[in-house]
Amino acid sequence: MENKLIVSPSPHVHSGDTIQKNMYAVLIALIPAFLVALYLFRLDALIITALAVLFCVGFEFLIVKYILKKEPTILDGSAIITGVLLAFNVPTGLPVWILALGSLFAIGVVKLTFGGLGNNIFNPAIAGRIFLLISFPAQMTTWAAPEAALSATDAVSSATVLDTLKFAPETMPSLMNMFMGTEPGSLGEMSVAALLLGLIYLLWKRVITWHIPVSILATVALFTGVLFLIHPVPLYNPLIHLFSGGLMLGAIFMATDYVTSPLTKKGMLIYGSAIGFITVAIRLWGAYPEGVSFAILLMNAFTPLINNYTTPKRFGEVVKHG
Amino acid sequence: MLKTFRIGGIHPKENKFSAGSAIQPIAIPDQVIIPLSQHIGAPCQPVVKKGDKVKAGTLIGKSVGFVSANIHSPVSGTVLKIDKALDASGYKRDAVIIKVEGDEWEPSVDRSQTLVSECTLTPKEILDKIAAAGIVGMGGATFPTHVKLTPPPGTRAEVLIINGVECEPYLTSDHQLMMEKTDEIMVGITIVMKALNVQKAIIGIENNKRDAIDLFTQKATAFPGITVQALKVHYPQGGEKQLIDALTGRQVPSGALPISVGTVVQNVGSTFAVYEAVQKNKPLVERVVTVTGKDVKQPCNILSRIGIPLSNLIDVAGGVPESTGKVISGGPMMGKALASIDIPVTKGTSGILIVPTLEAKRKAMKDCIRCGKCVDVCPMGLNPTLLMNLTEYEVWDRAEKNSITDCIECGSCSYTCPADRPLLDYIRLGKGKVMGIIRARKN
Repeated sequence: MENKLIVSPSPHVHSGDTIQKNMYAVLIALIPAFLVALYLFRLDALIITALAVLFCVGFEFLIVKYILKKEPTILDGSAIITGVLLAFNVPTGLPVWILALGSLFAIGVVKLTFGGLGNNIFNPAIAGRIFLLISFPAQMTTWAAPEAALSATDAVSSATVLDTLKFAPETMPSLMNMFMGTEPGSLGEMSVAALLLGLIYLLWKRVITWHIPVSILATVALFTGVLFLIHPVPLYNPLIHLFSGGLMLGAIFMATDYVTSPLTKKGMLIYGSAIGFITVAIRLWGAYPEGVSFAILLMNAFTPLINNYTTPKRFGEVVKHG
Repeated sequence: MLKTFRIGGIHPKENKFSAGSAIQPIAIPDQVIIPLSQHIGAPCQPVVKKGDKVKAGTLIGKSVGFVSANIHSPVSGTVLKIDKALDASGYKRDAVIIKVEGDEWEPSVDRSQTLVSECTLTPKEILDKIAAAGIVGMGGATFPTHVKLTPPPGTRAEVLIINGVECEPYLTSDHQLMMEKTDEIMVGITIVMKALNVQKAIIGIENNKRDAIDLFTQKATAFPGITVQALKVHYPQGGEKQLIDALTGRQVPSGALPISVGTVVQNVGSTFAVYEAVQKNKPLVERVVTVTGKDVKQPCNILSRIGIPLSNLIDVAGGVPESTGKVISGGPMMGKALASIDIPVTKGTSGILIVPTLEAKRKAMKDCIRCGKCVDVCPMGLNPTLLMNLTEYEVWDRAEKNSITDCIECGSCSYTCPADRPLLDYIRLGKGKVMGIIRARKN
């Protein structure tokens, strides 16, 4: 056996953590939101999600195998997440070909042209959604009212809470409906409660830390809270802002994407606060009623810069003498 | 209240299979190999030649240079030759090879088990005895003890810290020594305190050794100034800087020694060796070695003379398992993988860990997904993934600016990485390179 001994530098043990484990944990954390979507939109939710996953995984497989001519990487789970998140960010009833185009853009352009998982600058699902929103504004903002789905009549287009606020700032929506998920919106952003369940799971499994979601949510609450104190109309109500649109989905699942968010805790706080700030600014003063995606995309671009200027707390810098 | 250090750290599976296994002797073979470099610093000059008769305890290698430690014969017999022999480093280096005849000791050595508590020597005399006995840090770093106990001019020690942490998974040699040689270690602590002229000593023990914590807490009541502190199980708490932080709340600044915050750290094994050297005139010629591993038949703790081949120790533990893929000198986090099991036990051999082939192979590395887990676990507050990239692209000025030389090589980053990236391999390389650049700049 003498010649067979393996010699390698330390450490000789590994935690057993893998990319797959982290990716699949994110998928598990998305299950509550998916179940709510399934309940509210029935088959539509299943079809949109399944198709988006199929498109994303399929495009990744085909591009990696036949264009890049490398070993397909689809089993790492990241393309599945992109598919689910993309589906969660579009209205039900989006034409299939638009969904396919969005998936191709997310995977083909945003992820693989930069070198695949780990090397992309922008979150593929976010960039895919924005690509669709800009290219197909009408289809991307035709919301099916979930009540209609529940009463089994045809889906009708109806306004989201943020649409209503933008154009009629005095209308007060039901916070309870928003929390539980019966206000109109994209598939995955319906129920705040379900998304928070996912957050708890991710924190418990230590897939993410609190820094990014909490700093985003706290900044949104603080910023709108100050405005609400000055001018108490529903448009500035912090709870409405926390519970509406894609904020929870974005803060918990999109902004926390490993690849496109900062490495250090300090950096995460800067990144999260900036996302919260930009989101509110777009919601209140921008042309679009919703701004989470734009805020995240913009801050994705700043992540390398933040990484460059934030260092972890060095040993010996904390206290020299206790 | 359990204390611990404040930045980073991990909790690998402890797997202390040999815990509680009484320290057992091992037969001395016909021939032993005594490397002349068993410590950090300059190798010893041999003071014996072929054909010389030696006894156990006879000086065979004399320390040369400031950082170096004497080496004594662990057996009685005849010097066969002074030749190159493979050691844990993987290189062939100078060693004294002795043919064993009987087991006769130098007459000055007191081999009785009687506890000698009184020590009337002056600090200078104590340090001289420690230097003469060739004692080194026995936790694995093998830094000469007498050098460590001589604070540089202008500095003063306030607290002595006794390292009973044994944070490496699998290893139990310090634990078992603490259980069996409690009184001797306590006397050893008072001697080191005297040598350093400090009034206060803290023994830090991790909470997975409850029995040792209780035993020392009870013994310490008779020793004013010595306290015991239970620590949360948290790797790499046995690292000097981490242990000082955990016990005193003081953080040794970058590039500085523990003495800069008034502390000196001693391993329990070295403290026991100090007792034996000062009170019993016994040089460091034997140590406790844990032999363990998942497929090892009888994981155990062995009191072995220096120079006995590791294969003999493995035989005591039931032989080399069929599944063996890797043999490590030391623990799984910082130990060295060996190319051969015929190398001898040295002063720094805290354990022999036998790893099954399945676990011995590394997985292929994937692209970094920038999860930041390595940043979270680094106990020095470094950014391992950045340092790896800077090393890969040879950006030495930025590596230096990002404190690559602060790395203690604990391996927490590589351990944690979900993409199986060999972070520490690169950082170690970069650290060596940057240290070379800094040295060249100074000269």
